Amino acid sequence: MSAGDTQPAAQFSFAVRHAKRPAWALIGERLLTALIYACGISAIFFVLSIFVFVFKEAAPVLFSDRFDLRQFLFSEQWYPTSEINKRYGVLAMTAGTFSVTALAMAIAVPFGLGAAIYVSEFCGPRLKETLKIIIELLAAIPSVVWGFIGLTVMSKLIVQFTGAPVGVNILNGGIILALMSVPIIVSIGEDALKAVPDSYREAGIALGATRWQLVWRVLLPAAKNGLLAAVLLGVGRAVGETMAVLMATGHAVKIPHSILDSVRTLTANIAAELGEAPADSDHYRVLFLIGVLLFTITFFVNLAADMAVRGIRKK
Amino acid sequence: MFAETPFVRDKRRSETTAKWVFFAMAGSMILPLLLIVVFLFVKAAPSLRVDFLLDIPRRGMTEGGIWPAFVGTIYLVFISLAVSAPIGILAAVYLNEYARDNWLNRLINLAVINLAGVPSIVHALFGLGAFVYAARFGYSILSASLTLAIMTLPVIIASTREALASVPMSFREACWNVGATRWQTIRSVVLPNSISGILTGVILQVSRAAGETAPIMFTGAVFFKAVQKGDLFAYNLNEQCMALSMHLYTISTQVPGVRESVPFATAVVLLGSVLLVNAAAIALRAHMRARKKW
Repeated sequence: MSAGDTQPAAQFSFAVRHAKRPAWALIGERLLTALIYACGISAIFFVLSIFVFVFKEAAPVLFSDRFDLRQFLFSEQWYPTSEINKRYGVLAMTAGTFSVTALAMAIAVPFGLGAAIYVSEFCGPRLKETLKIIIELLAAIPSVVWGFIGLTVMSKLIVQFTGAPVGVNILNGGIILALMSVPIIVSIGEDALKAVPDSYREAGIALGATRWQLVWRVLLPAAKNGLLAAVLLGVGRAVGETMAVLMATGHAVKIPHSILDSVRTLTANIAAELGEAPADSDHYRVLFLIGVLLFTITFFVNLAADMAVRGIRKK
Repeated sequence: MFAETPFVRDKRRSETTAKWVFFAMAGSMILPLLLIVVFLFVKAAPSLRVDFLLDIPRRGMTEGGIWPAFVGTIYLVFISLAVSAPIGILAAVYLNEYARDNWLNRLINLAVINLAGVPSIVHALFGLGAFVYAARFGYSILSASLTLAIMTLPVIIASTREALASVPMSFREACWNVGATRWQTIRSVVLPNSISGILTGVILQVSRAAGETAPIMFTGAVFFKAVQKGDLFAYNLNEQCMALSMHLYTISTQVPGVRESVPFATAVVLLGSVLLVNAAAIALRAHMRARKKW
């Protein structure tokens, strides 16, 4: 025992010496923190400015006497360049978007969820890694390449097998969009299945369930919110896709009657006509109004997907 | 051993059936990719040589190479990422390191999700209204790059956040306990430990930006622009440029009489560069995971 230990505790008080950082470092850190806050808020700023700028270009025609919102939404007559009888009705394009998206989802949802279940529950770890990488690469194929495939490969196959007069139609666009939205459905769906606690699986196996029974009776009900989110994000991608449908669905502005009819979607209509519409003309502004419509649709689809995901987190 | 009862046999059969059905579903989504890539390569073979990349389009774009489009895409990708990567990374730092769970940050999250879901053609409309007209950048590389930057931003935010969130909390706590400020902790502990994850996310966006067509179609990409063969400094910021994705669209839909292998070769170059960049990012991620110590 040294003598120091017997001394009262008060003797130990020592002056806390703050290492002084130079003023520029302190100011620099303040500025950086401010910059980080600004960047954090920038996402809100960008979303708002997208809406404001697109809406601003569309507003003059929306509030003018020449324009009838009901006609815009519910008329199938689209004659933007007619001399005497201009009509701006997007019903035919809405039907086009709806039909192509519906077909794409009819293919992509079962296959995508099936693939997600296989990757998550049925395959070994090594095959799983390989499949996930392939799915990631599938997701990276640019939409214009998909469109090109639809235009050259798929259209010939469709003419050959169905005897349709033209190969660029709902079927073509639907298949292409399905292949494009499968990766997102698989990866989000697999995340949702992975989020189901392992104790659920163990309980099922302990009761003697096979893996199929486990998937059908336990995992699908438990992960249904996440799977719904996966489907909704796939829908969002399909509705917003432009280049692939521009090249693969043909250019007929009419309500489709069969799966082999050509259609034009809302997105393809903007892409096809924006270059030809003179700036500040009614036609140009109506195209921006279609943009507002698309923005609104995808906003609500994404909001719904987000709420579905939030649903699983709360559990 | 016990004899197999019919009940157990049915169970086993349904199990095997389910396994093969799901395998077929996964396979039928992946097989087309492989077939398509092979088909594109076969069709493109007559035109695929180095000179195709370095040459300029000739005879009204029906023959020749793709150099101006290739170099234009490089310009667009790098300028757009030079803008979106710093903003996106700092935004992710804010969301992961500074933000508390309050209404403002829920709003930011919602904004990021919706920004990611905005259709590419709406980005094009925004770029046209905001950069080309309102900011008076005109139809230029600058306008097109900024439009692409806003489009890639939400994905960079999301991937960077994931990388930051994978750094264990104890690392930060250790750093705070020796008296470091929040920013010092981020700079000396959080960022060095997540840099490869952040880079992977940014590299993945290189391929996404290179493949996009709609956002640049009306903001800065043109059908044709004359440049020197093999000239790397072909464009200025305030000029329009050609782009690979736009070029593929043009020669496959708008130009009559193109030699058949030329659009296929263009598609292969675009697809090949995108897949190469992605494979590099995936390899980087695998390398990083193998080295991770925690």
